[in-house]
Amino acid sequence: MSNVKNKEPLVHIVKRDTLSTLQSWLIRIASVAVALVFCAVIIVLLTGINPLDVYVTMIRGAVGSSRRVWSLLQNVAMLLCVSLAVTPAFRMKFWNIGAEGQVLIGGLATTAVMILFGSKLPTAALIPIIFIASMIAGAIWAVIPAVFKAIWNTNETLFTLMMNYIAIQIVSYFAYVWSVPKGSGAIGVINGTTHAGWLPDLLGQKYLINVLIVAALTVFIYIYLKYSKHGYEISVVGESENTAKYIGINVKKVIIRTMLVSGALCGVAGVLLVSGTDHTLTKDTAAGRGFTAIIVSWLAKFNPLYMVLTSLLIVFLQKGAIEIASKFELNDSFSDIITGIIIFFIIGSEFFINYKLKFNKKEENA
Amino acid sequence: MKKFLKVMAVVLVIAMLGAFAACGNNGDEPAEKAKVKVGFIFLHDENSTYDLNFLNGAKAACEKLGVEYVLKTNIDESNDCYEAAADLADQGCNIVFADSFGHEDFMIQAAKEYPDVQFCHATGTKAHTENLANYHNAFASIYEGRYLAGVAAGLKLNEMIEAGKFKAEEAKIGYVGAFTYAEVISGYTSFFLGARSICPTATMEVQFTGSWYDETAEKEAATLLINNGCKLISQHADSMGAPTACETAGIPDVSYNGSTESQCPNTFIVSSRINWEPYFEYIIGCVNDGKAIDTDWTGTIATGSVVLTDVNEKAAAEGTQAKIDEVKAGIEAGTIKVFDTSKFTVKGENLTSYQADVDSDADYTPDTEVIKDGAFLESNFRSAPYFDLRIDGITLLNEKY
Repeated sequence: MSNVKNKEPLVHIVKRDTLSTLQSWLIRIASVAVALVFCAVIIVLLTGINPLDVYVTMIRGAVGSSRRVWSLLQNVAMLLCVSLAVTPAFRMKFWNIGAEGQVLIGGLATTAVMILFGSKLPTAALIPIIFIASMIAGAIWAVIPAVFKAIWNTNETLFTLMMNYIAIQIVSYFAYVWSVPKGSGAIGVINGTTHAGWLPDLLGQKYLINVLIVAALTVFIYIYLKYSKHGYEISVVGESENTAKYIGINVKKVIIRTMLVSGALCGVAGVLLVSGTDHTLTKDTAAGRGFTAIIVSWLAKFNPLYMVLTSLLIVFLQKGAIEIASKFELNDSFSDIITGIIIFFIIGSEFFINYKLKFNKKEENA
Repeated sequence: MKKFLKVMAVVLVIAMLGAFAACGNNGDEPAEKAKVKVGFIFLHDENSTYDLNFLNGAKAACEKLGVEYVLKTNIDESNDCYEAAADLADQGCNIVFADSFGHEDFMIQAAKEYPDVQFCHATGTKAHTENLANYHNAFASIYEGRYLAGVAAGLKLNEMIEAGKFKAEEAKIGYVGAFTYAEVISGYTSFFLGARSICPTATMEVQFTGSWYDETAEKEAATLLINNGCKLISQHADSMGAPTACETAGIPDVSYNGSTESQCPNTFIVSSRINWEPYFEYIIGCVNDGKAIDTDWTGTIATGSVVLTDVNEKAAAEGTQAKIDEVKAGIEAGTIKVFDTSKFTVKGENLTSYQADVDSDADYTPDTEVIKDGAFLESNFRSAPYFDLRIDGITLLNEKY
């Protein structure tokens, strides 16, 4: 035995035993509270505005009128839809960051059907065609990197990322081809007088149908991942490809099949955005949701039901941030800073749920 | 752990109390009598020269007239614009204004839903065919400003030729455009005609970026034009891309939307821009007095809508300001016509008749005779430009956009 004193650091990190659901949620809520206090300090230091005013403005911006509540629900539905789409692949540890492009290509298919067949087919036929075409388009865009991954083991992260830029360029091109007036680069509202190919209003609400479709998808994906054989295979491939092979799962098939599902769901998001919301297509139609969806899915630990909450949180922050920017005439970047801090704290809280800091008592080691 | 939770609980309670206290404070704002309140929707924020120009005009007009206003920046050309416009109407705005072309359909949608609110839209083309009493378009005869800026460019080219920097036949101008859209075509053509009225050997190359705002693409386009041997650059795209590329390469730049002198002190010559303040004052005045707003309003030099920034003496040729003033007086007096059909040719011929697509439709049907008394009448049948002729002397490098 040596007599040398072991120098231990003041603090070390220990893996926690699993916390109860209640405890872990308390930590998450606490992290939001701490983030708000921290943001308050930043707000006062940088702008001198009363932080409470800022928070009240934020809440009003998100839910301050029935229109804003509907707009919030609509945006939650859209973000949730894309998040649901990326989740099966993520559970398989296939890092699909190409949802932005897959949504755009889906939206492009929707646009094409609306423009080319809008005056030729009745709406009853148009809507199913739109869904089928857009799901196929999204699935094709997603399956290309999946096939490369399955056969040649290419890096799916880079591949899917690059596919986004190709999709953006293709959409820009068609936005120019179909622009009205000539050359303006803006398609404008498609079938504005006939509403051909528009998803219908339900109970007089424009966005209700979008919300219902996404609610149904949420339940579907939850069941698909948790109770179906496909969902089980996805989990096993995600845990260990070798285990999967050992128990006779065809890994390549699972990768390709799962990305087809992901892409088709992105296609649905494209339909909801183009046919159900904007009725036009620009390269900003996906509005970054393909990337935000990654955070939503991750924060929710890839659980579709939790994703309802995480997408609500993020959209709430975004909506609040827009109102802050407007009311206090601050640049949007300032709102992004606040949103960023809050998300940072929430992600950080996961660390404290999994680990704890152990302070070493000042004792001599024997 | 328990201690940690306790601390958190206290923090939470304090935060909650604070929130409630704040709610109490905000509840009782004095009820004002119905006054004009204007809501503005911008595609980007102050980082875009295009939007900054609108932002400045909006603030100046509202502060001058003492009316309340709300600004919404970074509103996409999507359903977001409809939501923003409707939200502004909900907030009690009696005027809602949007600054970007792609906002138009969504503004019309909101206008139909709020018949008591006036919806005004810059650069749009549909008000004169939409038949909505509360939806209005506005633009300015910016081609006159472009022409004047072109005069400054021509003077600079002449100065460089005289200084022996290049031969007269090498006087090539480079132009960074967004799309092959009438607004852009009208802009670069009037700029070119202005330049050629001073420097007769001038030619021009245009490179399109396919985006109204793409700093990298605009910078690359400007660099490409400079490498092609262009001696002077101008642009119709909204970022600082082209001006900064010029400053780096030491090539003179005639800017747009506002002065870029602070970032480009050595190369910025002058910039034409639309001053939106007169229009904002006009619409606020109309609503105040209960008068109808013009369906299609075209600002001019006379209304103070078409302006040039101060000339940067460091980069501009001598006597630029004096010459601009002289030509400006000519335009105002009607002795100089920008699109004088005797001053340009299309495929080698002078035009005597041209049907333009003034009433926008998906098939781009030409519907209006726009040449009269030896001039192309731009911004006459609607405020937004419709000059889309490809005149001789200008080479389009890429027409894909």
